[in-house]
Amino acid sequence: MKALEDHPPVPVEERTASTLAPEPPPAPPGEPRRMVLNMGPQHPSTHGVLRVLIELEGETVKRAEPDIGYLHTGIEKECEVKTWAQAVTLTDRVDYLSNLSNNLVYALAVEKLLQLEIPPKAQFLRVMLAELQRIESHLVWLGTHALDIGAMSVFFYCFREREDILRIKEMFSGQRMMTSYIRPGGLALEPPRGWDARVRKFIDAFPSRVDEYEALLERNPIWLERTKGVGFIALEDMIELGVTGPMIRGAGMPWDIRKTEPYSSYDKFDFEVSTAEGNDVYSRYRVRLGEFRQSARIVKQALEGMPEGPWRADAPKIVLPDREKMKTQMEALIYHFKIVTEGYRVPKGEVYQVIESPRGEIGYYIVSNGTSRPYRVHMRTPSFGNLQGLGPMIEGCLIADTIAAMGSMDFVLGDVDR
Amino acid sequence: MISEPVSQHPAARELSERFPEAILESKDALGETTLWIDPARIVDVCAHLRRDQKFERISAITAVDWWPADPRFEVVYHLHSLERNLRIRLKCRVAGADPEIDSVTSVWRGANWYEREVFDLFGIRFRNHPNLKRILMPEDWEGHPLRKDYPVHGHKYDYQND
Repeated sequence: MKALEDHPPVPVEERTASTLAPEPPPAPPGEPRRMVLNMGPQHPSTHGVLRVLIELEGETVKRAEPDIGYLHTGIEKECEVKTWAQAVTLTDRVDYLSNLSNNLVYALAVEKLLQLEIPPKAQFLRVMLAELQRIESHLVWLGTHALDIGAMSVFFYCFREREDILRIKEMFSGQRMMTSYIRPGGLALEPPRGWDARVRKFIDAFPSRVDEYEALLERNPIWLERTKGVGFIALEDMIELGVTGPMIRGAGMPWDIRKTEPYSSYDKFDFEVSTAEGNDVYSRYRVRLGEFRQSARIVKQALEGMPEGPWRADAPKIVLPDREKMKTQMEALIYHFKIVTEGYRVPKGEVYQVIESPRGEIGYYIVSNGTSRPYRVHMRTPSFGNLQGLGPMIEGCLIADTIAAMGSMDFVLGDVDR
Repeated sequence: MISEPVSQHPAARELSERFPEAILESKDALGETTLWIDPARIVDVCAHLRRDQKFERISAITAVDWWPADPRFEVVYHLHSLERNLRIRLKCRVAGADPEIDSVTSVWRGANWYEREVFDLFGIRFRNHPNLKRILMPEDWEGHPLRKDYPVHGHKYDYQND
């Protein structure tokens, strides 16, 4: 335990005071007095452990500074000691509300390094699952955001459909949330029997469910009052600060990575980029409602155009063999043993793969030094970039509107802190 | 000088005409272009890319630790132009002893948190940064966890002797 003695814990009284809210200087005579309000890290509307220091003048926010890191779990460091295959399970836990998007971007990056060709069926299944994931993530957003603002019933409607998607995910992978289903080389398991009927049943009914949410909210005067014209931030500021996803599209800019830099055969699908004018909480809600419908369209097209063929790449040194082959063929047994014990090696190189997640641009920067473990994995997560726009967005807002404005960003703290 | 495949990248080509001496090395691999920039010129190069070449976004800033090699660190900038639908990666090599580089927050305000993250996890200081303090780790934390000589389980526990 020598290392422990080298680093004794810092006594509480010696810790730096800068983490505490700094007292603002006394206001000059005649000027309004300012106070600093500490919001979080345990606050229900931050949907996680976000702390925001808000400087108030009366009820108006003059300055806001997010304080993050309460959910920092060192995932990037941990990736460096896992094999390439094991690290997939860590990507699930980054953005726990859209784990398949994180699986997908990791798999795409590793496959780019390996120069691995993925069969069309696997690509279509990936697109379908990623869109179901987008719907699920937006459902959680809509439900909890409406709950924050005071519209209780939408939450129950949204979670009803979310449950259907979780059951579909469970059917595919055996897990409801941390699926690790999309892996370098294809998918984790063969799609189960009857999956297409299950997905079809859900997706045929889903557009009418979106109409229900719309009916619940669109003529709700409280919802409209609390969302329209709230949470404005200029488009130029968002682009410069790294805000992405529905936030940008809510300002009328049709930027979607699925269109501009298509991956995983998104270019074969016919869909529109959902945008809205207004650049406020309401327009971001309209964007996400539009994405519900567009994602349903994509899932339908994937079901109809699902190619025949294998669901994983023909790469015996990377993809685990069938159990059947493992028990009858010597090579398959050897490859299985090598992949599971040592892991496969990835050629030297670096890659920056971006995709459009439900929250915006995810970019994984992966460096390989030719061994069986990643040398460096950096996750450019959309929530981290989006949260940087929080200060400029809520400055000038009323304190009550910060809840609505923050909710419209749809950040996940696991995604911010990693 | 930049290599032939790299000169196919429109932004890299224009940059090499404008700042021939600032580009130390270049690489084009897996469809992605990387330029190694002289750390002393990084702000000029970024300002040019932002102002004249429409790279209005900084997608991410991160670093890679090549310990025990020297120069030890590489600071990596992922730039993105929405208008031209173009991406480029810039890299700066930074020495391991007292690592320091100029901040690009004057070019993109969004670089602020990314540079704080690199400072927090790698210990690379950014000159002229408006608010250079830890962002993910506690403020009284000792060491920089993403350095390669920092053990995965931290310094607090020593599993080998337990």
